[in-house]
Amino acid sequence: MSDIPEAAVWLIFLLPLFSFVIISFIIRPFFNDRPRLAGYVTIASIAVSFVFALWALNSVRVQGELVFDPVEWVVIGNHTIKLGVMLDPLTAVMVVVVTLCSLMVQIYSQGYMHGDSGYCRYYAFMSLFTGSMLGLVLADNLIQLFVFWELVGLCSYLLIGFWFHKPSAAAAAKKAFIVTRIGDLGLLAAILVLFFRTEPGTAAHTLNISALYEAAPELAAMTSLGVSLMTLVAIGIFAGAVGKSAQFPLHVWLPDAMEGPTPVSALIHSSTMVTAGVFLVARCFPMFAHSEVALTTVGAIGAFTAIFAASMALVANDIKRVLAYCTVSQLGYMMLGLGAIGLVEFYGDHSEPVGIELAKGAAAIGIFHLFNHAFCKALLFLASGSVNHATGTFDMREMGGLRKHMPWTYLVYLIGTISMAGIWPLACFWSKDEIVAEAMELGGPRYILFILAMITVFMTAFYMFRTVFMTFHGEYRGGTASVHGHGHGGLHESPAVMLVPMFVLAALAIGSGWINVNGWFSSFFGEHVSHSWTHAFTLFTSHHGLPLISLIVALGGVAFAYMMYIRRQPSGEEVGRLLPTPYKVLSRKYWMDELYERVFVVRVLVDGVFWVLQWVDSNIVDGLVNGIAEGTIGSAGVIRQAQTGRLQAYGLVMFVGILVIAAFTYLFVK
Amino acid sequence: MSIGLEHYLVLSAILFCIGMYGALVKRNAVVILMCIEIMLNAANIALVAFSRFLVPGTVVLEGQVFAIFVIVVAAAEAAVGLAIIMAVYRTRKTVDASEIDLMKG
Repeated sequence: MSDIPEAAVWLIFLLPLFSFVIISFIIRPFFNDRPRLAGYVTIASIAVSFVFALWALNSVRVQGELVFDPVEWVVIGNHTIKLGVMLDPLTAVMVVVVTLCSLMVQIYSQGYMHGDSGYCRYYAFMSLFTGSMLGLVLADNLIQLFVFWELVGLCSYLLIGFWFHKPSAAAAAKKAFIVTRIGDLGLLAAILVLFFRTEPGTAAHTLNISALYEAAPELAAMTSLGVSLMTLVAIGIFAGAVGKSAQFPLHVWLPDAMEGPTPVSALIHSSTMVTAGVFLVARCFPMFAHSEVALTTVGAIGAFTAIFAASMALVANDIKRVLAYCTVSQLGYMMLGLGAIGLVEFYGDHSEPVGIELAKGAAAIGIFHLFNHAFCKALLFLASGSVNHATGTFDMREMGGLRKHMPWTYLVYLIGTISMAGIWPLACFWSKDEIVAEAMELGGPRYILFILAMITVFMTAFYMFRTVFMTFHGEYRGGTASVHGHGHGGLHESPAVMLVPMFVLAALAIGSGWINVNGWFSSFFGEHVSHSWTHAFTLFTSHHGLPLISLIVALGGVAFAYMMYIRRQPSGEEVGRLLPTPYKVLSRKYWMDELYERVFVVRVLVDGVFWVLQWVDSNIVDGLVNGIAEGTIGSAGVIRQAQTGRLQAYGLVMFVGILVIAAFTYLFVK
Repeated sequence: MSIGLEHYLVLSAILFCIGMYGALVKRNAVVILMCIEIMLNAANIALVAFSRFLVPGTVVLEGQVFAIFVIVVAAAEAAVGLAIIMAVYRTRKTVDASEIDLMKG
């Protein structure tokens, strides 16, 4: 098979955008009576994108990175902003993940969104969402990336607030938009710093990503505001990633984002939106590698977020909320992996000089977890949507015993859970184990990151199995007649159109981890990192037996969940009574929402900044406007006396005036 | 004594001043209109005089043509002016210019 032509690469992200245009401007106005067309157009366009993505992946596998010439986009003075696509292994893997997850979610949505009045709108936004994410992944310069980055944010706002008539959904959408925007400011600042702090004409003065890789050592040598320019830029970029990937302290939007339809959550949590942050760090990893401070920040924030989010997942009763915290926690793992491998490779005991290929290869660790997590998390969300389809609720306290009614959903959910809990040999085990092993290599005080990661392994296994036991085991605790939008009551298995995508994802959740068993995935990305990965058969003894230890820790979490939620010795309620304070702290989410809303928004913004601004507005701005108006009225009162309305008086004045001018001209002008 | 350009110009200036005085001082709007006619005709005399005297030995008609234009405009102006005065008189029962001061600021 020949190399993918450039046009096909462009089409990967343009097709879903075309689909958005077709649905919005043709189907919705003219064929609104046949909304299923919207679904078919979306699925067809994403399916074609998926085929092109596979083609792209194969071309990159055979050929290595493909380079295309960017086209001119905007010319401002001496600066030209270009538009181009970049097809390196990282992009190739991401486009496949995004198109595949999106395709499965779109097919599933045909069943889940059936009969919703906003069916066309839903598919229009989903197309735009997928297209924006693909554009972000394919962008070859930071400006283009930023445009798509914002588009992804906009789409998540539109989709989280899809049922905007619900106040909670509208609030969640607004929260997601505003909180991620705080991070975006960092990304924008980083781009501006790159643009303004480098000398025009030098190699460092560029926003093209490949060129930035080359210029990274030069940027690292420059200083600005007393720190290395590279550190400043990397921290700014990471701030953007913190917002999008819901890392502490900007994690608050993601758990609320479940107000959108469940397939939207599946897409947001698996391959689009939240993964954009991890992708951005991986994309810029050859730049991050030049800054130890930035790498430490990435690793520390990641490890802290992992355990912080996991702790809140322990007590959440909403199945989607548990999964949301799980996503935050796993994204923390990805960040930890990226930070840890950078520190070990380039600043550890056996550190090597920073090389582009080496850094690209190192970034594979985070992307590998992203890759496995995407399929697992899409699967788990779709399965939770399937549960909701039957029971009409997301509250696990009203579920239970669904194993008998929904055997297929139970099966795929269990597969997703085992994988997510990191149990051999399912997908997430491999990638999570790499990250934990990398964290173990950290020396000195950074070793604490490894301990946090290990505790999180236990917690993840516990809360994931807690959802399984509460939802599918025991007796059904819900009301007699379940009420949901479709009107066909009773517990029932979901239709095939929802089950088949879940089966595909379940197969991936089982198998996708195996592609890195021989280090293929890592070496695909770039130069193979030094201490090579696990071989399938010597696996459990590598890294001082760490894989075995983490597996035992995970199984311990499962056993603990089994004791609490099946044997009920001790039961969850008893533990809650025994430890009231931790329970309260966790279930109130560390009062982070209150901190932001009551303290930050109300005290600092409303009472502080806005009060000052309001004072300035009502006194200085209004004062200026009113002052000008009053001055005009006052002066008019004086001048109007001259207007007698008697034409002869005017004539006299004109005559005298002409005489004066004539005399002046005669006397003084030669 | 031959009559030259200066004589005409002096006549023109005298007529203009008379007209100007009347236009600025008289109360009756009809009289003011007549005074404006005098000013226009003073200008006509000056135009024709310049045309006749400024380029000796040749026949140029620009001044005369201009004067005819002025006469046409003056006729139109008199028509419009008198119509206005009629309209004012019908509403206000007066043609005293000092009492027509509605444009007072």
